[in-house]
Amino acid sequence: MARIRYREIGSSTGFSALLAVLALFILGGLASAWYMEHHGHIVTGMNNLVVWGMPHVFAVFLIVTASGVLNVASIGTVFGRTPYKPMARLSGLLAIAFLVGGLAVLVLDLGRPDRLIVAMTTYNFKSIFAWNIFLYVGFLIVVAAYLFVQMERTMSGYTRAVGWFAFVWRLVLTTGTGSIFGWLVARQAYDAAVMAPLFIAMSFSFGLAAFLLIILAVCRVEGRDLGDGILTRLGRLLGVFAAAVLYFTSVQHLTNLYAAEHAGVERFILFEGGIYTLLFWGVQVILGGLVPIALLYAPELSAVRLRVALASALVIIGGLAQIYVIIIGGQAYPLVLFPGMDVQSSANDGAVTSYAPSLPEVALGLGGVALALAIAVIGLKILRFLPVSLADEIVDPAHAQTSGAGA
Amino acid sequence: MTRRMEFHVPQHEKRGFEAAGVDRRDLLRGLVAGAGLTLASGVTLYAVGGVAEARAPGDPVSPEVRWGMLIDVNKCPDGCKACVTACSKENGWAETGSSLTDAQWIRKVEVTDPRTKTSRALPVMCQHCAEPPCVDVCPTGASFKRDDGIVLVDKHTCIGCRYCMMACPYNARSFIHEPLSDQKPHAPRGKGTVESCTLCVHRVDEGRSPACVEACHADGGGAMLFGDLNDPDSEISKRIAEYATQQIRGDLGTDPGVHYQNL
Amino acid sequence: MPGPFSRAGVLAALIALLLACAWPGAAHADPAQSAQTARALVPSPQKGKGDACVADTDFMRRYHMTVLNHQRDDTVHNGIRTKQFSLKECIACHAVQGEDARPVSIESPKHFCRTCHDYAAVKIDCFECHASRPESNKAAQLPTGHGDGAVSALSRYLKGKGQ
Repeated sequence: MARIRYREIGSSTGFSALLAVLALFILGGLASAWYMEHHGHIVTGMNNLVVWGMPHVFAVFLIVTASGVLNVASIGTVFGRTPYKPMARLSGLLAIAFLVGGLAVLVLDLGRPDRLIVAMTTYNFKSIFAWNIFLYVGFLIVVAAYLFVQMERTMSGYTRAVGWFAFVWRLVLTTGTGSIFGWLVARQAYDAAVMAPLFIAMSFSFGLAAFLLIILAVCRVEGRDLGDGILTRLGRLLGVFAAAVLYFTSVQHLTNLYAAEHAGVERFILFEGGIYTLLFWGVQVILGGLVPIALLYAPELSAVRLRVALASALVIIGGLAQIYVIIIGGQAYPLVLFPGMDVQSSANDGAVTSYAPSLPEVALGLGGVALALAIAVIGLKILRFLPVSLADEIVDPAHAQTSGAGA
Repeated sequence: MTRRMEFHVPQHEKRGFEAAGVDRRDLLRGLVAGAGLTLASGVTLYAVGGVAEARAPGDPVSPEVRWGMLIDVNKCPDGCKACVTACSKENGWAETGSSLTDAQWIRKVEVTDPRTKTSRALPVMCQHCAEPPCVDVCPTGASFKRDDGIVLVDKHTCIGCRYCMMACPYNARSFIHEPLSDQKPHAPRGKGTVESCTLCVHRVDEGRSPACVEACHADGGGAMLFGDLNDPDSEISKRIAEYATQQIRGDLGTDPGVHYQNL
Repeated sequence: MPGPFSRAGVLAALIALLLACAWPGAAHADPAQSAQTARALVPSPQKGKGDACVADTDFMRRYHMTVLNHQRDDTVHNGIRTKQFSLKECIACHAVQGEDARPVSIESPKHFCRTCHDYAAVKIDCFECHASRPESNKAAQLPTGHGDGAVSALSRYLKGKGQ
C-alpha cells in the first residue's frame, strides 16, 4: 500500500465564508444562552415537567454522534481494516469536535452555568451524570492521545493499544449517556436497560452518517478524490447500523407493550401522541430508518455518492427525531402517581404536558452544532488530518483491483 | 423568657417544650391540653409528642430521628387548600397562574377511580423518601438527605441541571424559572436552581411543626400529622402501627416519609 | 545601555507613581482625617445594631466569607443554627434604613454588603437566593430567641385563637 500523504485544507473564500457563517450561529447560541441565563428559563418552552428541552435534544445528539464518528478510526485500528486507516485522523478530530459542541450546549443550558466549577469539583459518584462528566472529559483526553499517536510517527507503535482503549471508552461513554435515561425509575418511557445498547446503536448510526456527510463535503470542496469503493462499503455499514437502531427500537417498544403497566406510554408514543407519534413513525422509522436502508442497498437507484449523502442526511434527521421523541415525548407523558387512577392537579398531574421549543433553545442547539463544525474545519485547516487522496487505488489497492476486474 | 415562665418550662430546657424527654413531654401534654380547653377542638396535641430528644442549636441533626408525616385523606376536605396557602406564605412562593412553570412545593391532587367515579383529594409534596431517586442522580450531591430524613437541595451546589426533576416519581420538585427578590430570610430560593418542600426544616430545627400541618389543624380538616417515624411512642408511629397506611408509589421502594391513611 | 529613558529616570518616575497611588491610603490611615478625605475614596459602611459585631472587625473584614461558608454547610446539612455567623443575623443587624423607612435591599448601593463589595469590585452571589434585607414586618420587632421559638409560636397561636 502506498504511503498515505496528509495535507491541511487550503485557503479559499469559501473557507472564510463557511467560518463566518458558523461564527454567526455560534454567536446566536451564545446570545441565546445569555438571554436564558439573564431572564431565567421562563423564556424557553421548558417547564417543571418537561425539564429538558431542545438544548438537550441537540446536546444528546451531538454527544452520541461524537462517540459514533470514531467508528471509522476504530474499524481501522481495532479491527485492522487497512482501508479505513487513512480516515482515522479525521474520525478522531470529529469525535472531539462533536463532543465539545454537545457539552457546550449542555453546560450553557444549566440553570447556573456560572457554577460549572462546582460540577467539576463536587461529585456524587452514585450519579450516572457525575460519571458522565468523567467519561466525557476522559474521552477528549483519550481521543487526543489517539490522534497524537497516529500523527506522531515515533509513537505509531502505540496506535493499536490506544485505539483499543478509545474503543472501549466510547462504548462505556455511550452506555453512560443511554443510562441517563435507562436508570430513571420514575418515568414510564425510560427505566429500561435497553437504553444503553440502543444508544450505542444510535451512536454508530448517527456518527457514521455525520462522518460520511462531512467527508463527502470536504472532499468535494477540496477537490480530493474519494473512491466509490470505500464509500460503498461505508454506506453498507451505515445501512447495518440504521437497521440495528430499528432493531433496538422495536425491542424497546415491544418489551413495553408486553407489560400492561407500560401500555399507556406506548399508546401515547405509538398511536395517540400527536407530534411524537408523527415524529416516531414518519421521521424516525420511515424517513430515518427504512428509506436510508433502502437507498443504501439499492445500487441501481443512482450514483453511490448521491445515495450515501442522501441516506446519511436522512439518518441524521431521523436521529434528531428519535432523540426528540425519547427526551421530550418521554417527559410529556405524565408520571404515574396512582396507577390505574385518573389524576388531576394544579401541577398538571395526570395530563400530557405541552412543550413547544422556543427560538433561544433552537439557536443554542444550532450554536453547538456550529461550534462542532467550526472546530472540525479549523482543525482540518491547521493540522494534517485528511489525506490528499482517498481514491480506492490508494486506500485499498487490493480491493480496487479485484472489483475493477469483476466489473 | 416571660413566655417560658407562663408555660412553666424549666430553665434548663434548651429547645422549647416539645423537644423534651418523655416525662417532660407528658407534663407538657397536660399543660397544652389544659390550654386546649379554651380552644376549638382538634387543635391540641399535634405539635407535641413527635420529638425524640432535645437538640441544642449547635448540635447536628441526629440519624436517630426520621421525620415523617401522616395524612388522613378522609379528613382532607375537597377544595380545602389551607396547607398549600400556608406553605406558600411560609416559604414565599406563589402561584402566578402559569401552572407549568410556577413553584408548587405542595399541591392538592384529585384522584378519581375511573370505574366507580369516586374521587378523593389529597396534598402531595416532596415525599422525603428514605431512598430518594433525586439524591441518587444529582451529579454534585446538591440533592441530599439530612440525617433526620429530610430531603433538601443545597442550593449552593445546585447547578440547575434538573436531573433530579427527571428522577422524582412524585413531580415534587420545581425549577425556579425567573429571578426572585425579597425571599423569606429562612427560605432562600433563587433563579436557576431546583427546590421542593423542605418539610419546613427551619421550623423543625426550632422544634416546631411544618406550616402546612399547623394550618391543616387551624383552618383545614386536621388531616396532617407530623412526627418522628423512628420513635415508637410518637403519635405518628402509633397511628401507622394501628391503621393501614399507604405510601405513594410504594412499589418503587423509595420508602417515602409521607404516609397516607384512607387513600 | 543608551535609550530614550535613563534607568534612574524610570525608577524615579515609578517611585513617584507609587507614592501618588499610596497617598489616599496614607490619608485615610489617619482617623482624624478619614471622615472627610476618604469619604469618596473608601467605603464607610453603616454600623450595625448593638455594641459590637460577633467578632473583631478586622477578623470579620478578612474572614466573613470563610465563617459564613462554614456556617452555611453546617446549617444546610446538619441543621446547626447557631446565631453567631448566621447570614440571616448579619442581614438583620446590618440592615440600612432606606428612604421609605424599610431596610434597603441589595439593589441599593447603600446596602451594607454593597458598600464594600462595590468598592472592591467583588460580585456577591448570596442574594440570588437569600433575602438581602430582613422581613418587613417581623424581623425588626421580634427578637427570635433560639430555643423559645416553639413556645413563642404556640403562645402566638394561642393568643390568635383567643381573639
